[in-house]
Amino acid sequence: MSNAAIAEKRPSTLRGASLPKWSPWAIAAGSVAVAVAVGAGAGLTKVQWGLISGLLFLVATYAIAAKVEGRRQAKDRIATGLVWVAFLVALVPLVSLVWVTVVRGVKVLDVYFLTHSMGLVADSQPGGGIYHAIIGSLEQVGLATLIAAPIGVLTAIYLVEYGRGRLAQAVTFFVDVMTGVPSIVAGLFILSLMLIFNMEPFGFAGSLALAILMMPVVVRSTEEMLKLVPNELREASLALGVPKWRTILKVVLPTSIGGITTGVMLAIARIAGETAPVLLLVFGNRFINNDPFSGPQQSLPLYIYQQYAAGNDYAYDRAWAASLTLIAFVMILNLVARGIARWKAPKTGR
Amino acid sequence: MAKRIDVSGLTAYYGSHKAIEDISMTVEPRTVTAFIGPSGCGKSTFLRTLNRMHEVTSGGRVEGKVLLDDEDLYGPGVDPVSVRREVGMVFQRPNPFPTMSIFDNVAAGLRLNGNVKKSELGDIVEKSLKGANLWNEVKDRLNKPGSGLSGGQQQRLCIARAIAVEPKVLLMDEPCSALDPISTLAIEDLIGELKERFTIVIVTHNMQQAARVSDRTAFFNLAAVGQPGKLIEIDETERIFSNPSVQATEDYISGRFG
Repeated sequence: MSNAAIAEKRPSTLRGASLPKWSPWAIAAGSVAVAVAVGAGAGLTKVQWGLISGLLFLVATYAIAAKVEGRRQAKDRIATGLVWVAFLVALVPLVSLVWVTVVRGVKVLDVYFLTHSMGLVADSQPGGGIYHAIIGSLEQVGLATLIAAPIGVLTAIYLVEYGRGRLAQAVTFFVDVMTGVPSIVAGLFILSLMLIFNMEPFGFAGSLALAILMMPVVVRSTEEMLKLVPNELREASLALGVPKWRTILKVVLPTSIGGITTGVMLAIARIAGETAPVLLLVFGNRFINNDPFSGPQQSLPLYIYQQYAAGNDYAYDRAWAASLTLIAFVMILNLVARGIARWKAPKTGR
Repeated sequence: MAKRIDVSGLTAYYGSHKAIEDISMTVEPRTVTAFIGPSGCGKSTFLRTLNRMHEVTSGGRVEGKVLLDDEDLYGPGVDPVSVRREVGMVFQRPNPFPTMSIFDNVAAGLRLNGNVKKSELGDIVEKSLKGANLWNEVKDRLNKPGSGLSGGQQQRLCIARAIAVEPKVLLMDEPCSALDPISTLAIEDLIGELKERFTIVIVTHNMQQAARVSDRTAFFNLAAVGQPGKLIEIDETERIFSNPSVQATEDYISGRFG
């Protein structure tokens, strides 16, 4: 008997039966088809169709894989399947939200809408626009960023580069507490100050409340970014006889500036949609008010709230169009942040 | 310009942990002194006390005296920043600044210290890169990022960066441990050239390297894990490797322990 013959007789321990590569797709298609058939037959809603197909997919995958490949591979496949189903489930609300906003928002969203205020239009009439709200939002968020970003970044620098002992612990603790402050509370805090000084609502008051909300987010994200800077770079700079503050300014910050900018942008995106403090402090305005330091202003989230509360079809359309504008604004900010992060990232190319 | 280092009774702590105890030695100008010894015996800690980098670590503190040509580095009113301008350092892992080009990396020390004319900068960078034997390899791409170089080139870039500020003493903390034999040879040749201008102290785990590059060798050891490291002996390199006066040194060098 030759060696080859012996080798052939021995059962392979490394190779087992396996499902073809397209099998997950086939199982998915099959379960969706069955779910649609069952759902249509029994008159169920589309959400139920989806749930049935997801469940069917998992059960069928496990059954088929267990039969053909064995239990271990079946477990592997069901874990993969769970991840995919969870991903799709998570995608549903996101996609449907964007979809609904776009479909309803484009109805009245045009150049006229973006360049006119509600000054001459009642909420029950068609027409009007969000120019005053865009101006208000940009000014309030811009001022809030001017206040919160430097304070937040400097606080983070203190915590990472200088903070030792009790004080640093206390600062960290209060930043954590501030992260959890509800936006309405921040608004009430500023409102109470306004009442003490007997002031009328104005845009900058809203900026102050937004800054309170933004600061802890900036501190947290900047802190994480600064911690990512390798200690070796700080030591290399210190060992060259560079003072600590210059090391931070010229070595640590440039290395992490991409991440810091991203963090600030995300914090801006977070406060751009805040309604509660703006409602209390900026009050809302039908007319264009370019001055954030006197008189009530409008802002996008507040505009959306007020239009939706007006409760007629024209106002609904305007609310959706304003929502779309706000989402687009946040999305653009995110893209800009990613762009900056990529552009400023430490270069590794040869 | 090279300066003498005189250490007496130096003890260094990390918090309450005593890392090295009662070390005294003299390092002559324009010589290469190698520190050898098992891991954790405090060679690197001792090296870092020589340019006050030890206290950068949180909890790090030092007792004793380090004289740099009769001036105590730990004397009252001494600014650690000025100490580090006199005593440069090269680290174990090459650490060029990732946001800077090759040129900017070498110029970093001068620029960040803020007092140099732009016209001189180019000359100093070229001189430093030539001093680090890197000029020919990078002269056509001075504006490319320093992190794009190979490990050995990066380490020579770091040496160029360290010598650009014209220190009196150059400390090297296992500068070749992350490099291949060819890059190691390049750095060792470089050390031979640099000792004409600087006082060099090098920590190494490679005893052949210590034998090759150094004039004097110091052997450090610790009694047990958790005990402070101590200087066992320091002598001419030739004597340490042929006829050391302490038995522990001979054991270590011949590979009988550690």
